Amino acid sequence: MSDKLIIGGVTLPSRLFLGSGKYSSNTLIPAIVEASGAGVITVAVRRVDPEAGQENILTHIPKTCILMPNTSGARNAAEAVRIARLARAAGCGDWIKIEVISDNRYLLPDNQETIEATRILAAEGFTVLPYMSPDLMAAKRMAEAGAAAIMPLGAPIGTNRGFRTKELVRIMIEELELPVIVDAGIGRPSEACECMEMGAAAVLVNTAVASASDPVAMGRAFGQAVAAGRAAFLAGPGAVQESAKASSPLTGFLHE
Amino acid sequence: MTFYDELRRYDGFDFASFFASVTDADIARIINKERLSREDFLALLSPRAASHLEAMARRASELTVRHFGKAVLLFTPLYLANHCTNQCVYCGFNTKNALERRKLTLEEVEAEAVEIAKSGLKHILILTGDDRKQTPVSYIAECSKVLKKHFTSIAVEVYALTQDEYAELAAVGVDGMTMFQEVYNEEIYAELHPKGPKRVYRNRLEAPERAAAAGIRQITTGTLLGLNDWRTEAFFTGVHTDYLQHAYPDVEVAISPPRMRPHLGGFPPKVIVSDADMVQYILAFRLFMPRGGVTLSTRENAKLRDNLLGLGVTKMSAGVCTQVGGRASGQEDPGQFEISDERSVAEMAEMLYSRGYQPVFKDWQYL
Amino acid sequence: MNLRINGKSTTLPHPQTLEAYLASRNLDPAVVVIELNESIVPKDKWAQTLLAEGDSLEIVSFVGGG
Repeated sequence: MSDKLIIGGVTLPSRLFLGSGKYSSNTLIPAIVEASGAGVITVAVRRVDPEAGQENILTHIPKTCILMPNTSGARNAAEAVRIARLARAAGCGDWIKIEVISDNRYLLPDNQETIEATRILAAEGFTVLPYMSPDLMAAKRMAEAGAAAIMPLGAPIGTNRGFRTKELVRIMIEELELPVIVDAGIGRPSEACECMEMGAAAVLVNTAVASASDPVAMGRAFGQAVAAGRAAFLAGPGAVQESAKASSPLTGFLHE
Repeated sequence: MTFYDELRRYDGFDFASFFASVTDADIARIINKERLSREDFLALLSPRAASHLEAMARRASELTVRHFGKAVLLFTPLYLANHCTNQCVYCGFNTKNALERRKLTLEEVEAEAVEIAKSGLKHILILTGDDRKQTPVSYIAECSKVLKKHFTSIAVEVYALTQDEYAELAAVGVDGMTMFQEVYNEEIYAELHPKGPKRVYRNRLEAPERAAAAGIRQITTGTLLGLNDWRTEAFFTGVHTDYLQHAYPDVEVAISPPRMRPHLGGFPPKVIVSDADMVQYILAFRLFMPRGGVTLSTRENAKLRDNLLGLGVTKMSAGVCTQVGGRASGQEDPGQFEISDERSVAEMAEMLYSRGYQPVFKDWQYL
Repeated sequence: MNLRINGKSTTLPHPQTLEAYLASRNLDPAVVVIELNESIVPKDKWAQTLLAEGDSLEIVSFVGGG
């Protein structure tokens, strides 16, 4: 049975998305991509320091990966749109992860501005993946605005706190026709596996891999966990049996 | 894209093979699932699932109490008119049947309202036949205005309207609508509706979504059990509800599972739907749509209605009369069908209390 | 000639093209994207685009991020 994740017309090799931030060295990236099997990798857009010169992260990202620039740093829709356009001008495709954060304390995404940015960028032909606070109604509006997938957070970004938003994400998976990708907060492979068992289309991790003692081994573990969770979802888990209650039958009247 | 297109996706679906493939293990697994797919729902309607009714009933009972509490909403129907232009073979209002045709004047509506309101009911369902000349939308709207003085919720069970007409009724305080597709199978539908505006299958099928789009808040759909194989008809009713809930998340959806009753004209049911069949339908629906309403009419007898309490039923009619008017005017014309539970509102309330349920007379107030 | 580059006031000694400026800073043209006065300048226009007094220049590139 073929079980492919297709986003923006592209068939992806894996259901693990990887972030490229916070590694001790960018030279680790090829080995992590290889070990994890990730097919999509995120990057950020930043000003270059004209005095310092710069390292080019793209030289470390395998050409087989889809590059998904994010709009981190944007505080509103207009800034996200501006960053997205700059990213596309670099000539690395039209995928964009919209990330609009107007709250510096908890780094929670601003759904309202994200909907607006989604609308503008989807109309310009971007493949738009909005990162958002799990809210069904906001997600529906992002879908209407042209999002290619929806990326609710599992816990506040960078916290490694795990899949805290599961009740809300479960509803989103049930109700949305678009792929739901759990982004942010996933700290362990078991949590990524749980997202996938529940029916998430993919999981995006960064900090959990970058902050591991052995990022390559952790990348591999996440790749396996995501594949295992997906396989379990497709297998249809058996029911948790509740113990039988010895009380009078509810349908006894049918036999009277 | 409307529900008609959605329904067409099941063209050619082999129900017999699907039912044959359902195992006992499938049923046991589905009963305990958190959220059921349409396929799961269909499996629960299979002949195989009929031997799991007790387990389904336990789950349905638990879900019903969790989402609705131990409470049942009571309402009563008021027939405004029996003028009709259709020849639905199974209905007492068929134009071929000789019966005195009449409609209530606004004064009579007021008198009926006063009489019904004495019972304490605040929810009313008004019905007409299908006759746009005798009972135009403007008449239904005028009657609704009169009833609004006495009731907090008015639902309509009338011919299929346009979206603008539903909006017109919503504007005068109508908040609910019931529309029985009668039979989802399009060929059988054509056969059973030989004459009249109701012949247009699609116009009726899409009426609930027009009502939802017009701002009607509670929508009840259903199939008339006895006109076709009940398992597929029950399935399509559930799919219709699921479609409406998905397309209009702010609408309260419900089903009603009426079985054919003796009526003037005497068309016999094509299929006999047993008590156990109807129970299976209600239970499967409750597991599929834990928040969906289930309305049980007085077509069913008192004993069965009492036994179905808690298995999924959320609304019951009481103090019913299927004649035009009938409470204040004392008419003796034959009604649309014969009822089999003649208990008054007070008697129904008493029964509910005695079984640990609260009768609810009013569950909303439009501000 | 005074202009703003990545938000900082900068003085350039003489008029020059975008291409010449990037070369003077050892910035790899393959890696950066340029926005001049809030409009993106395509790479093939860099050789003809002359920087002028009061211009606002943004030079960005990809870095690691999640």
